[in-house]
Amino acid sequence: MAKISLKVNGKAVSAEVEGRTLLVELLREKLGLTGTHVGCDTSQCGACVVHVNGDSVKSCTMLAVQAEGAEITTIEGLAAADGTLHPMQAMFREHHALQCGFCTPGMVMSAIDIVQKHPAGLSEAQIREELEGNLCRCTGYHNIVKAIAAAFPLMHQKHAA
Amino acid sequence: MPFEGIGASVKRREDGRFLAGRGRYVDDMNRPGQVYAYIRRSDRPHARIKHIDIAAAAAAPGVIAVYTGADMAADGIGGLPCGWQIHNKDGSPMAEPLHPVLAIGKVRHVGDPIAVVIAETKTQAKDAAELLVIDLEDLPGLADIRAATAAGAPLVHDDVPGNVCYDWHIGDKDAVDAAFARAKHVVKLDLVNNRLIPNAMEPRAALGECDVAGHYTLSTTSQNPHVIRLLMGAFVLHIPEHKLRVIAPDVGGGFGSKIYHYAEEAIVTWAAGKLRRPVKWTAERSESFMSDAHGRDHVSHAEMAVDESGHFLALRVSTLANMGAYLSTFAPSVPTYLYATLLAGVYKTPAIYAEVKAIFTNTVPVDAYRGAGRPEAAFLLERLVDAVAHDTGIDRVALRRANFIPADAYPYQTPVALQYDSGNHEMTLAEALKAADYAGFPARRAEAARRGKLRGIGISTYLEACGIAPSQVAGALGARAGLYEVANIRVHPTGSVTVFTGAHSHGQGHETTMAQLVADQLGVPLDQVDVVHGDTGEIPFGMGTYGSRSLAVGGSAMVKAMDKIIAKGKRIAAHLMEAAVEDIEFKDGAFRVTGTDKAKALAEISLAAYVPHNYPIEELEPGLEETAFYDPKNFTYPGGCHVCEVEIDPETGVTKVVNFVAVDDVGRVINPMIVEGQVQGGVAQGIGQALLEGAAYDANGQLLSGSFMDYTMPRADNLPNITVGTEITLCTHNPLGSKGCGEVGAIGSPPAVINAVVDALKEYGVRHLDMPATAEKIWSIIQANRPKMAAE
Repeated sequence: MAKISLKVNGKAVSAEVEGRTLLVELLREKLGLTGTHVGCDTSQCGACVVHVNGDSVKSCTMLAVQAEGAEITTIEGLAAADGTLHPMQAMFREHHALQCGFCTPGMVMSAIDIVQKHPAGLSEAQIREELEGNLCRCTGYHNIVKAIAAAFPLMHQKHAA
Repeated sequence: MPFEGIGASVKRREDGRFLAGRGRYVDDMNRPGQVYAYIRRSDRPHARIKHIDIAAAAAAPGVIAVYTGADMAADGIGGLPCGWQIHNKDGSPMAEPLHPVLAIGKVRHVGDPIAVVIAETKTQAKDAAELLVIDLEDLPGLADIRAATAAGAPLVHDDVPGNVCYDWHIGDKDAVDAAFARAKHVVKLDLVNNRLIPNAMEPRAALGECDVAGHYTLSTTSQNPHVIRLLMGAFVLHIPEHKLRVIAPDVGGGFGSKIYHYAEEAIVTWAAGKLRRPVKWTAERSESFMSDAHGRDHVSHAEMAVDESGHFLALRVSTLANMGAYLSTFAPSVPTYLYATLLAGVYKTPAIYAEVKAIFTNTVPVDAYRGAGRPEAAFLLERLVDAVAHDTGIDRVALRRANFIPADAYPYQTPVALQYDSGNHEMTLAEALKAADYAGFPARRAEAARRGKLRGIGISTYLEACGIAPSQVAGALGARAGLYEVANIRVHPTGSVTVFTGAHSHGQGHETTMAQLVADQLGVPLDQVDVVHGDTGEIPFGMGTYGSRSLAVGGSAMVKAMDKIIAKGKRIAAHLMEAAVEDIEFKDGAFRVTGTDKAKALAEISLAAYVPHNYPIEELEPGLEETAFYDPKNFTYPGGCHVCEVEIDPETGVTKVVNFVAVDDVGRVINPMIVEGQVQGGVAQGIGQALLEGAAYDANGQLLSGSFMDYTMPRADNLPNITVGTEITLCTHNPLGSKGCGEVGAIGSPPAVINAVVDALKEYGVRHLDMPATAEKIWSIIQANRPKMAAE
């Protein structure tokens, strides 16, 4: 067992973990942050995507010990303290970009990273290509793509302000 | 206040929790003292279990118990039940071999559960499971239905000769034979409907609990908790229903695969009773691939008899359907009453005869997957119609129009048992062709050709059947369950409303649409209505969600319950306003005395009902809460037209869907935004089936596509934008006029896609292509036919 310390959603946390414990297991099982989901065992589906030091990472593909000292943001950490949704969350709701909700946390975390990494603009084809690491079985992606396109100006406007 | 009633695209109330990461799925739940189950499964398709040595596993750190099939048998636990019995042509019942919860004697498919290890932690359980010594003696296995029916094929079950579960038929064989004898053209087609793996994004999970008084609770990823309670309680574990509560909380997609009663549900519930500790099991995705019921897997031969002017005279179909190694809960109904009864489609073909053989193989059990039988029927028929067009030279749109059941012919009795109540196929066809700019296609094909691309367009004009019913008829056809739905509507003293529904939402947005329906009909603000579902401890005995039934059947039950609320409310209002009951009308949330300005709001009536000081107590019970069970008179019949346009790169064989239009008749729509989303999701699964997805087994039954690395799930860059239109006719036999929208996308789209691919490849001599039309398959066709083209 190893003791690790990290920041999750702005709060300092520490935990005892086995060497083989995955970051997603730390989040879900030790920290009770069950918003991050596990949808596969081959790092394909993206339901477990979180932000590690600002980058989107599949938390099933990273050991918890590798997160020592890192700043992690999960789906639970996106909305403002007063409950105001992040623009990406708001646009997912506005454009009916979720149905069963299971892929949604990973999808939203990936989508935010995609928008942040393309400040100059994002075409529909780029959005579809960038979503390659996230599977959704419900929506056919049509409305997810729309939601991300709609969040783009809102997020970059916020950055500019 | 914005309009939020029937027809409004209200944003979903479920989204708040899902977007915040506050959904509550089974694997998110943890109980004090909880232990973890890990299931050791067969990695062989077919083998005799010679010996299981549990000693090392049982002694491993953290292990609490190890159980095998022998332990369950010692507790008097038999097999998992099947919910539908089909009878053979000769009237004898189908073969129904034992489906052990944990394997006994033999394993019959990769994924068959052999033993369960229960430990303090998940990793301890998994580590210990590796220490189980399971001595298997391989037996010859079978995956392909054609091989399984060959003479001398190995037997999946020793007591099922020829591996035939049933040999069933429907229709008038003599009339069909006579029509074929006088036909001008006979068009034949062999088709494979590819096996699919449903892959809801949430893997299945189950959490069993048992309290000191012997009350059990099972939380499970189910589409129908009461069905699970009945099947597991009464037929597997023998737990009386008042001592068994089944909860299906937030469920991350189902598509049919979460209808069935699975072994793991029984295992954790039984083990929780033995150990008196909560037992949780969560599937890893690789387990999902080898233990969730698969879908489709038909091999068919179809023949259409056609007269000189292109009218269909008769249809003859012969189908082999793969059941897998055991009968899943509703498997026998899928290739029979949900398939062959739909073979008339939208056409007035006067004579139809279909025979279906269901076959056991050493593969995962096959059951209903989004569409369940109807996609197989639609694919066969809409491919066959295109083949008729190909062989006779008649234009495929004109051919369809010439054979449509005309709108004024409804209600329409088909030759395969169903009576369609309503539809207008010309309307959906015309609208779809317009939306897809069908007329402009030749110019687009020519433009694509200049870029070196092969462009094709395909249409499908399909019909399906939803809300399987009535119970009595379904029972006569072999159903071992009722097919009604229930709603309980509780108007609280201050006029807010809680709706308890037997339907279950696992992505469909019922908490929003059902609230819209009730708010609209009772005239109360939407935020005054809540919907409760998924917990047998809270809701009356309901049948759950499958077959696009939730609104057409479950919503109709709500209307019936509201009718009772309003009828009672009128009597209370008549008393309070000293008027005759006949003079009270209910409108916009108030009871009014006709022709006066006297009125009482619903909240005033409900308060009087719960505080019955001034109340007709001699005639009426207090309270304002009503339950209605609604058993439909018939199926509903959604249908429509899908148009798909593809572009193929002949250098790579990659097919790109460049345009997809779906115009569907789903009956009355409550929330257009949600209907559009349902259709888009269904179409995505249909395009997946047509171009990408296919469960692969080797000849022996080893599963080759056992992960997302081998099984191609549609990704965002595989799919187009999907244009959805609705052109409706109302269902004539339910009070809402709704038909259902959950499966139309997956039913109408595969033939539209393949018709488009065949159209794109017509210069290469392609008349038919089996799904999935992968790049490799298309590239090979192009390569094989290139020299011939060059020579011509």
